[in-house]
Amino acid sequence: MTLDHLKSSLKPGFYAGIVALFISVIGMIETFSNRDIIHGVFSISHTFLVIIALITGYFSATRAQRAGIRQHGIDRRAEVVNAIAGSLIAGFVMGLFLAVLVVVANLINLRPVFVNVTPKLIDLLTFGRPSLAGSIVPLSMFTIVSGLGGALSLFRSDIRRLIVTSLLWFAFAGLISEVIRLSLSRLGVNVARKFVTTRGLTPLGAAVMLALIFAIVYASQRLRDRQRRQPDQSSPARKRAVRFRSWGLIFVLLLVLPWVVGRVPSDVLVLVGIYVLMGFGLNIVVGKAGLLDLGYVAFFAVGAYSTAILTSADQLPNIQLSFWAALPFVIGITGLAGLLIGAPVLRMRGDYLAIVTLGFGEIARFLALSDWFSPVLGGAQGVVKIPNVVIAGIELADPEELYYLIMFFCLITLFISWRLEGSRVGRAWVAMREDEQVAESMGINTIYYKMLAFAMGAMIASLGGAVFAVKLNTVFPFSFSVNVSITVLSLIIIGGIGSIPGVLVGAFALVGLPELLREFDEYRLLLYGVAIIYMMIVRPEGLLPSVRRGRELHEDEMAQDAWGKPAEVIPVPANPELSG
Amino acid sequence: MNGEKKPVLELQNVTTHYGPILMLQNLSVEIFPGEIVCLLGGNASGKTTTLKTILGMIVPTEGSVYLGGEKISGLNTMEIVKMGISMVPENRRLFKRMTVRENLEIGAFLRTNGKSLDEDMERVFTLFPRVKERLNQRAGTLSGGEQQMVAVGRALMADPKILLMDEPSMGLAPVLVEQTFEIIQQINEQGTTIFVVEQNANMALSIANRGYVLQTGKIVLADTAQGLLNDSMMRHAYLGEA
Repeated sequence: MTLDHLKSSLKPGFYAGIVALFISVIGMIETFSNRDIIHGVFSISHTFLVIIALITGYFSATRAQRAGIRQHGIDRRAEVVNAIAGSLIAGFVMGLFLAVLVVVANLINLRPVFVNVTPKLIDLLTFGRPSLAGSIVPLSMFTIVSGLGGALSLFRSDIRRLIVTSLLWFAFAGLISEVIRLSLSRLGVNVARKFVTTRGLTPLGAAVMLALIFAIVYASQRLRDRQRRQPDQSSPARKRAVRFRSWGLIFVLLLVLPWVVGRVPSDVLVLVGIYVLMGFGLNIVVGKAGLLDLGYVAFFAVGAYSTAILTSADQLPNIQLSFWAALPFVIGITGLAGLLIGAPVLRMRGDYLAIVTLGFGEIARFLALSDWFSPVLGGAQGVVKIPNVVIAGIELADPEELYYLIMFFCLITLFISWRLEGSRVGRAWVAMREDEQVAESMGINTIYYKMLAFAMGAMIASLGGAVFAVKLNTVFPFSFSVNVSITVLSLIIIGGIGSIPGVLVGAFALVGLPELLREFDEYRLLLYGVAIIYMMIVRPEGLLPSVRRGRELHEDEMAQDAWGKPAEVIPVPANPELSG
Repeated sequence: MNGEKKPVLELQNVTTHYGPILMLQNLSVEIFPGEIVCLLGGNASGKTTTLKTILGMIVPTEGSVYLGGEKISGLNTMEIVKMGISMVPENRRLFKRMTVRENLEIGAFLRTNGKSLDEDMERVFTLFPRVKERLNQRAGTLSGGEQQMVAVGRALMADPKILLMDEPSMGLAPVLVEQTFEIIQQINEQGTTIFVVEQNANMALSIANRGYVLQTGKIVLADTAQGLLNDSMMRHAYLGEA
């Protein structure tokens, strides 16, 4: 028996090694080591490395198995050996990269070039043995972890899914341990301290959490299996009742959420809400009407600034409205701005549209900064003293209260997006996206529907801007950089263009997590980039795709399948005169 | 035929440019109610441009287009479609990722005849029973013949005064071409005036009342279908006779 097939494991190990080396050298490992999943035992940076090693092990194991089968035929025992050997080799190769880093860092000072190769990083990679001999540590460590990943490939698929899902949720719980701590501390500081510390879960907390997650994942998998085996036979009325109740439950959960998690996470939730709102808005423009708008921040800025000017006492002192009185004007002004920008721009297509809108987004910020407008817009000083929102005599000052405002707006936009889906307007947008020329020849006024999409997107963004203004009580030009547009676009791409739940997930992942884990901030754009490239290659329809978009993107595959099927023959009476 | 009647659609001395390029030169076409008229011509003779001009996607530099005596050149496409012209585009061009039903609904986007959507659909189904079977299927998964049916159905959903067809024979198997032309005839018998643009002169003339021949943007021949079939120049250039 030759061992040629084990060569196939070298490649995954090589890639994993490069990735591990890269995130070490750019300082990610060190930055994230300050926060633990399990206090004092396991940091987030360890999690990164372990996850890389596990994935590597898993892939190299399956590769080695397949290569082995190709060369030597099916043999269960050989498969097990191949899987383990393959993953160990890959892990060894990966470990080698980090071992070499440790050795080199020991011999010469790398820091003039790689400023992040600190003694602390070496300490982390070797688990506190930063000497030359310590280079053995990453080598053996990643070989073993990768081997575990390989072993994972030998489990039955349902068991494997159970393990992987549970571990991922556990890692997620560790990431948001700060939120868990804050919400538990409402039950009493001493209770909280047993389970969570400021740096992560305690070993006890980790054990409880893992058990809890495991139980939930197991139960939900069993439930899904049972449903698959015997589909729900209950009456439609009962099904509707069940669905109604589960939506009700989600709604109630959303209502009490800020009081469970407390102030700081609520503040993050408000920010996430603003991005959810803008995600819904941009989804209409990009997802439904197919217009790539890279200057969405302009409308967010117009919304924020018009709210600020109309409600603040400092700017235009004769106009000082309440938030609610100002809101119709804000929406109207931004809608007009949408039409104003849209009119010249929407005659362009594709790339040109993207570039021009990008320009308009930047222009909006420069106008806000300009001296010329500074008597009204406040220039670099911005607009301050924006009063809080008052509903029925209650002032919404705390993030816990503001949360309801943004949620209210989100629900309204959600309702609008949902109603648009099957409407005449929605159909016109889809038709336009598919074939603009034919849509036009069917009598769809494409310019009108493009403008409509643009203006609606703008008005929704203005709601986000309005909440942003009253959240901070101040508005500065610097808040409206191109990054806002990029974030909103990224979150709808990652969540799934055109998908409503996708926006929620995308906003939590791209806005919520970096806010909760400030360590992410430095690497935010790197992670966006990686996430978007990955999504474009592996799952172009996004995490939670809309039905139609999923259809569109997998169309080509289906068309290829269709070739395999025999063509239908349509019987036609013979008509010799016509064949002239 | 119908010399005294007023034409439904009339192109009067239409000249069209794409930028500086002359596309149509002094084109005059009359189509009377209840007729099938065909416009024949080879590649790049200006057939599709003629249709685009009628639909207002291109504005003629000289001359005008009239629908039922009203001038329509200069109006935008939406207004023209609303006045009762609909088109079956070249290569069918269905909205492939939408269902057949959605395609038909888009066809009725500007309906003004006051009938319900279902009534119009029923009319399409009597013409094409197959379309009814495929209603909830994506248009892209249909066979070429079925797509042609949906494309014609989509155009009929607007309940047009005149139906424009751009090369209905293109990309279809000979059997399906014959079938398509039979259907054109059938629609015409139900009272819709048809203007069909074709390369397949034999096929088109077999169902048409009259025909025009277009060459590099100019009309070189205009006659009844029978007259064209007998014309010696036609027989050489378009009907495949040596």
